[in-house]
Amino acid sequence: MRHIRPILAALAACAVVALPVAAQQDPIQNAIGARKAHMQLYAHNLGVVGGMAQGAIAFDAAVATRAAQNLERLANIDETSYWIEGSLGIEGTKALPVILETPDDFLAKQDGMKTAAAALVAAAGTDLAALQGAMGALGGACGSCHQAYRSR
Amino acid sequence: MTGPVGIAKGTGMLGTLIRWAVGAGIAGGAAFWVLTDPVTAPASATEGIVADPARGEVVFWAGGCASCHAAPEATGEAKLVLAGGRALETPFGTFRAPNISADPEAGIGAWTDHQFLNAMRHGVSPEGAFYYPAFPYTSYAKMTVEDVVSLRAFLATLPADATPSQPHDLALPFRLRRGVGLWNLMYLSSTWAVDAPDLTEVEAQGRYLAEALGHCGECHTPRDAFGGPVAARHLAGGPNPSGEGTIPGITPATLTWTEAEIAGYLMTGFTPEFDSAGGHMADVVQNLARLAPGDRDAIAAYLKRVPPVAP
Repeated sequence: MRHIRPILAALAACAVVALPVAAQQDPIQNAIGARKAHMQLYAHNLGVVGGMAQGAIAFDAAVATRAAQNLERLANIDETSYWIEGSLGIEGTKALPVILETPDDFLAKQDGMKTAAAALVAAAGTDLAALQGAMGALGGACGSCHQAYRSR
Repeated sequence: MTGPVGIAKGTGMLGTLIRWAVGAGIAGGAAFWVLTDPVTAPASATEGIVADPARGEVVFWAGGCASCHAAPEATGEAKLVLAGGRALETPFGTFRAPNISADPEAGIGAWTDHQFLNAMRHGVSPEGAFYYPAFPYTSYAKMTVEDVVSLRAFLATLPADATPSQPHDLALPFRLRRGVGLWNLMYLSSTWAVDAPDLTEVEAQGRYLAEALGHCGECHTPRDAFGGPVAARHLAGGPNPSGEGTIPGITPATLTWTEAEIAGYLMTGFTPEFDSAGGHMADVVQNLARLAPGDRDAIAAYLKRVPPVAP
């Protein structure tokens, strides 16, 4: 009977390890998680250039350029596997099912993001006024997709 | 002589009851008719008011006219073609925003300033019919006559479009527009929701932008069973009547951003965490981005003076 305690402990350890693994095997939740992680990376880099544009952080062309380049890379990542059947319009996501009904427009809006991010890279290396102008266009690109394809 | 005539003679108790019921019905109907008689502005209300189309454009963007009256998904110049189209889904049915372009037949090009004032502040059409409060005349009721007339002057400069307005699709009892008269008695008011006597000039400017023009409360204030705003929960947020999820509260109990952060969000759509506005709020941001910075600052200052109500 003294063996039971270690066996129980081992079982409990397995359960703790197994739970996240099970979650990772749900393709719907995987896709939602990937989208949110991607958006978090946008937000992190936007915080740098946005903070400079707002005057909260001192303008530094090199730092701004690195963040802008990250945003451009993020805009150019293929997102096909993020937006899968069953992962839209459900609990835990604001993304709308209409994304899969109008894929061409959805991709056109991502192209808008690529264009705005490329312009931001050029502006980031110029000066603060250029950065501020390019941030407006980038915000417009975020907004145009969120307006059509996110519930709020 | 049988049937209805015999009953109408009403010699017995049944006849008395029926006569009483018919009489009460007529009295009730008459009371309903009197209570729901459209209230409109006197014909003199717009006399001598000078329109300022430039001010009208500010009113146009602050009031968010294009968000509903331009075709859904319209961008750029197309936002100025007000042929109608946005469908608003509600528990009462689907409302469709009508054509308010300068077309004299399909739109409002032939209206007088007085007719436009009645539509904007009283929710009554030139024919004397009620509009449904899906059109936020309940907010526009607080507009100045000068702003109403200036808005009309600006609208007259926009393109005419002959697309006919699309009909609403409502559940049966709500198809009877006359009933809106009762609703107006309960909810139509030109009293400010934030009525503190010590508002600064900037806060009062923000109140006018938020309560009269921007109609924030149409979405951010929860509604009761009759679809009227719950006054004690002004801007406290609640369930989304048009679909899934909730609409966030924006009283200081929920919205803890600084005034600068709020004003920045209203211009760029970026939250302090650099998420960006989506859905209808993205429309609102696009509109408010066209205002002067001082107007967005004023809205932020006003929001800080809204009584905090937990969602």
